[in-house]
Amino acid sequence: MSAVLDVISAVLLLLGVGFALLAGLGLLRFPDVFSRMHAATKPATLGLLCVVLGAALQMEDGSDAVKLLLVGAFQFLTAPVAAHMIGRAAYRSGTGDLDALVVDELKDVS
Amino acid sequence: MTVVVWICLVGLTIAAGLCLVRLVRGPSVPDRIVALDALLLVVVAGIAVGAAATGDGDFLAVLVAVSLLGFVGTVTVARFVERRGAA
Repeated sequence: MSAVLDVISAVLLLLGVGFALLAGLGLLRFPDVFSRMHAATKPATLGLLCVVLGAALQMEDGSDAVKLLLVGAFQFLTAPVAAHMIGRAAYRSGTGDLDALVVDELKDVS
Repeated sequence: MTVVVWICLVGLTIAAGLCLVRLVRGPSVPDRIVALDALLLVVVAGIAVGAAATGDGDFLAVLVAVSLLGFVGTVTVARFVERRGAA
């Protein structure tokens, strides 16, 4: 049984680290603040969730596994809010080049 | 299992390095906040891999605290940039 758990958690850990690498790569390669936010939040959060699941399988007692899943749930809830705040700050402080935007729904609102 | 942990840690180090490059090069403050957010996620993933490798749960309270504090930090800096217009 523990061999199967080891294999599953190894695959999850490697998958999570792969996503974190993709996030770092996307962070470098994308031209604009708004596109970099896509790279920095989505794959990184998914990667963190895979790593947390993989680590939860390795834990001996249940309460540690619950704490790990709690971290994954917190990140899942807070990452979109943080990205939204950053995007609004970039939009309002005028650092993102707004003419590159195809659709600009925030213009009439803000 | 230890080989997998070593591969994971090396991969996370590279990911953190990429985030650091964006942190240094980021032309504007929001770029740096985004890089810090991603770097935080990599650090939390690293602690989780460390906990998986050793199998004990001592660091998990740190994990919850770091992930929440990182969120509060990101939101605070975002509000600062929005209010003061510090581009």
